[in-house]
Amino acid sequence: MKTIYLAIPMVCLIASIVAGLFGKKIGRKGAHTVTIGGVAIAFILSMVVYLDVRQGNLFNGALYNWAISGGVAMQIGFLIDQLTATMMVVVTFVSLMVHIYTIGYMHDDPGYQRFFCYISLFTFAMLMLVMSNNFLQLFFGWEAVGLVSYLLIGFWYEKDTAIFANMKAFLVNRVGDFGFLLGLAAVLYVFGSLDYATVFSAADGAQDQTLISIFGEWNWITVICLLLFVGAMGKSAQVPLHVWLPDSMEGPTPISALIHAATMVTAGIFLVARMSPLFELSETALSVVLVIGATTAIFMALIGLVQNDIKRVVAYSTLSQLGYMTVALGVSAYEVAIFHLGTHAFFKALLFLGAGSVIIAMHHEQDMRKMGGLRAIMPITYVTCFIGSLALAGIPPFAGFFSKDAIIESVHFSDIWGSSYAYIAVVLGVFVTAFYSFRLMFMTFHGNNRADDHTRQHLDESPAVVTWPLILLAIPSVIAGFLFFEPVLSGSYFGDSIYVKPEHDVVAALYEVYHGKHGVGLIFTAILHGMMAPPFWLALAGIGFAWYCYCKNTELPGKIYNALGPISRIVENKYGFDEFYQKVFSGGSLALGRFLSKHADAGLIDGIIVNGTARTVRMFSGMMREGQTGKTFHYAFAIIIGLFALVTIFVWAR
Amino acid sequence: MESNLLSILIWLPILAGVLILGTGGDERAPLARKLALGFSIVVLILSLPLWSGFDTTTAEMQFIERAPWIHSFNVWYSLGIDGISMPLILLTTALTVIVVIAGWEVIQERVAQYMAAFLIMEGVMIGVFSALDAVLFYVFWEAMLIPMFLIIGIWGGPNRIYATIKFFLYTLLGSLLMLVAFLYLYNKSDGSFSILDFHDLKIGLNAQILIFLAFFTAFAVKVPMFPVHTWLPDAHVEAPTGGSVILAAIMLKMGGYGFLRFNMPITPDASHELAWFMITLSLIAIVYIALVALVQGDMKKLIAYSSISHMGFVTLGMFVFNSQGLEGAMMQMISHGFISGALFLCVGVLYDRLHSREIKTYSGVATPMPVFAAFMVLFAMANSGLPGTSGFVGEFLVIMGSFQVNAWFAIIAALTLIFGAAYTLWMIKRVVYGAVVSDDVAALKDVNQREILFLGLLAAMVLVVGIWPNPILEVMHATIDNLLQHTQISKLP
Repeated sequence: MKTIYLAIPMVCLIASIVAGLFGKKIGRKGAHTVTIGGVAIAFILSMVVYLDVRQGNLFNGALYNWAISGGVAMQIGFLIDQLTATMMVVVTFVSLMVHIYTIGYMHDDPGYQRFFCYISLFTFAMLMLVMSNNFLQLFFGWEAVGLVSYLLIGFWYEKDTAIFANMKAFLVNRVGDFGFLLGLAAVLYVFGSLDYATVFSAADGAQDQTLISIFGEWNWITVICLLLFVGAMGKSAQVPLHVWLPDSMEGPTPISALIHAATMVTAGIFLVARMSPLFELSETALSVVLVIGATTAIFMALIGLVQNDIKRVVAYSTLSQLGYMTVALGVSAYEVAIFHLGTHAFFKALLFLGAGSVIIAMHHEQDMRKMGGLRAIMPITYVTCFIGSLALAGIPPFAGFFSKDAIIESVHFSDIWGSSYAYIAVVLGVFVTAFYSFRLMFMTFHGNNRADDHTRQHLDESPAVVTWPLILLAIPSVIAGFLFFEPVLSGSYFGDSIYVKPEHDVVAALYEVYHGKHGVGLIFTAILHGMMAPPFWLALAGIGFAWYCYCKNTELPGKIYNALGPISRIVENKYGFDEFYQKVFSGGSLALGRFLSKHADAGLIDGIIVNGTARTVRMFSGMMREGQTGKTFHYAFAIIIGLFALVTIFVWAR
Repeated sequence: MESNLLSILIWLPILAGVLILGTGGDERAPLARKLALGFSIVVLILSLPLWSGFDTTTAEMQFIERAPWIHSFNVWYSLGIDGISMPLILLTTALTVIVVIAGWEVIQERVAQYMAAFLIMEGVMIGVFSALDAVLFYVFWEAMLIPMFLIIGIWGGPNRIYATIKFFLYTLLGSLLMLVAFLYLYNKSDGSFSILDFHDLKIGLNAQILIFLAFFTAFAVKVPMFPVHTWLPDAHVEAPTGGSVILAAIMLKMGGYGFLRFNMPITPDASHELAWFMITLSLIAIVYIALVALVQGDMKKLIAYSSISHMGFVTLGMFVFNSQGLEGAMMQMISHGFISGALFLCVGVLYDRLHSREIKTYSGVATPMPVFAAFMVLFAMANSGLPGTSGFVGEFLVIMGSFQVNAWFAIIAALTLIFGAAYTLWMIKRVVYGAVVSDDVAALKDVNQREILFLGLLAAMVLVVGIWPNPILEVMHATIDNLLQHTQISKLP
């Protein structure tokens, strides 16, 4: 099996190298054949591994010593368990769909081979991240996916907005990585190892170690969890490190689906779930996770309401859904977070690719105000997007319903600090989510077509390489809930890969509630229960209100917008994060840099000390030179004066 | 083990340099180039047995040579290497080949002298890394300045005279104090100039501090540490590409090497006393210099400041006194040799075409030069310490090591993750990416095969060391452990 584990990321890497280095030689067809072939093999092998893991065959072992220093072995190795296997399947499946879709989407792009090279490289990096058995390799994968994200956001590198966005994404992520790296250092300091198994098994014993600093006394485990979570906040775009994700939409749509919706941005969620044995030991850290997640979930959803760019609506929706996952982590419902991660990967990739399909048809127009009425022209895109939106809004029996309902109920059962705030946030979020998703549906696919004549004449359904991935992604968006709801809740699905303290175990409590009721299957209990709970009705209300606003009374949204005045503007300005960061951090560093460069380096050190010394030496030597006139009578005069002085001194000294 | 390999590695390139000088004027330039390439490759191949024949289990000096030199002062021609100097010698032999290839077409005037200067410098630098006698070390140390002085002074830019004099005075001032320290130690050791004898001397704390400061002046200038760094940006800006590469990749390492060879083992108590001072200066270098780098408009200056900031990790790693810190410092020195060398070569590639180092001259270089852009982005990422490249290894180990001592050191040092990426990627954004700014840029020719060769070799080194640094670490474990023991035993009488 070890060969198979190794083969899975390696085929992607090799395919990427081939497409990257020999792109010109093998041509467009060659490039996509090689990379799709690679990812397809990776997907099939991942399924093999997945089924094997479900049989109970786990693996934890090292490949090689990356470095040994100070007696600490830092290794590259794999940990294959239920959590890993799930992530592997999700990543390779979505990646395969996106690879196929790209053939259609990037058809006319001159950077075709380069694009395939990047997305295969991404798949490799993401697999190394999820398959890691230690903190170091996790960080490797973490930064490598960040690199590919940087390259892909800036794929159209002649576009100013794109290259601004990619630099911003990288730097904001680096702020997160700053925390992550210090977290690694803290883990190494406390546990003397970077290996998951060693650290997790020693975690209990390290509970009482505290750090005394100028900020008071802190539990080391809390410090470690908070530092690692800073990393997760960067990658999973949690407030206040969320600013890069909306801008990342400058990249081509396939990567928005793959990287900025389905896989890379969920790495932070994966990280916390993976570290559950540590986070479970720190309620402080869990509360921080919970509050940050809840804030992201509701406040980012609100921004989604006022966006007109189709991709940005989906992007804010992604931010908000990542907030939901983080909330689940905060209440120790790690299994549910990963469950939502999985269902979200399917329906959000579907929505992004659907949006991309619309964008191709509209000749790269992304403004929804210029769309409308596409339902008749693009039936496959319409139906699949509709499924995706229902799943996102959490309507039973679509996949998103089960995972989102489980999150809301988990928060309901939790009594950790911050859970009441989080509960309000996630419940209100349901209405907002339903509203913006169906606002998108109605503005894009219903009503009159508002495109210009030229575009309208060329409108057509996208080619099969585009629609097939949509269909293939729609299937799990419908059925994933049915398949996994019960095993996830019962705890049998993730086994020991996730650790939850009994007193935190809200999922088990939830399972008890569903299990004991009605005497019908768990799934139907959940659906029945869900349909009687407020979130379902809020979702329906959201859809209905969207229909009223965008199909019936189209004047209303503008009126509401104006009536809310300043609030609308605050939301539209995204609460001012961008301006603040731009002015304070970017502007501040530049101003400080200029000041130091001009006054400290050039002014003080070079100007006064270095060149000043030179000037002083020159000045003194100039004065000395004045005396060296070369005229005999000057010297004679000086000798006489000197003689007088000496004689005088001798006489007086007597 | 009897061997005169080190002598060959020192004197063969020097003799080759003299031979190339003998080829005469520029009408024989092709011959001079071929000889230089041939000899530099031979020296590289000859240096490989240092690696393969190296015994990693011992901290003793290896490949020892010893012959009397100046009898009346007990000065010996004494050579030997350990796990600290061996990787640096290989770095020297490898980069000399690359510099010769890089100067192939670019240098059209006084070709023989140019090539000879680099070969002679190679020999002298290997001498610095392998000398075990203080006088011999001092001779090589000072001799190294001459070829570099000439390279900047003859093939340099318009402001080269100011830059060379600044470079020369700065470094000379530092090394004179080192000489004074050597003379003190000579007396103290009853007439020995052997560096290894110095390691066993008992010295009082005040004397140790003075000796430490004398060495510090010499080595801090070379590293360079804040605040004696201002010669470096000027020297880099004026130096021809090859000069910048050797300066950044190898000469700066002499400073770090000096701290490891002299300060830490000879004056361990002073090293501990003054660790706060060294660490403070290192952290200032990491953050302050990064901020200064951010606002530079000249690419070479930016990379020069970035070098200073990265060298801050070297001195930080040394003075936290643990193996992760020290090994991280060594890895950072080696990796910085590849990365800064590569970045200076990248700027050279652009400079050869448009004769400008100003960032604002360029924008959209990726469009006419896609292959070059790929290389430059790779090296930029390595410079920002991306895992999987060599730039990560040293920074990572130093941060891990310094966290063990004081979390605040690590926190400040880790800021480089943000600032390092900021100044590097902002430069990339303005130079490589963006819309094509002018017809000149649109007409740029992509890298030719010769340029692909040297950039590719460096890229391979950057990646191999990043993916698997352990072989290099294994070479130095024994030496670093021994050094750590030295610093833990008090040398107070």
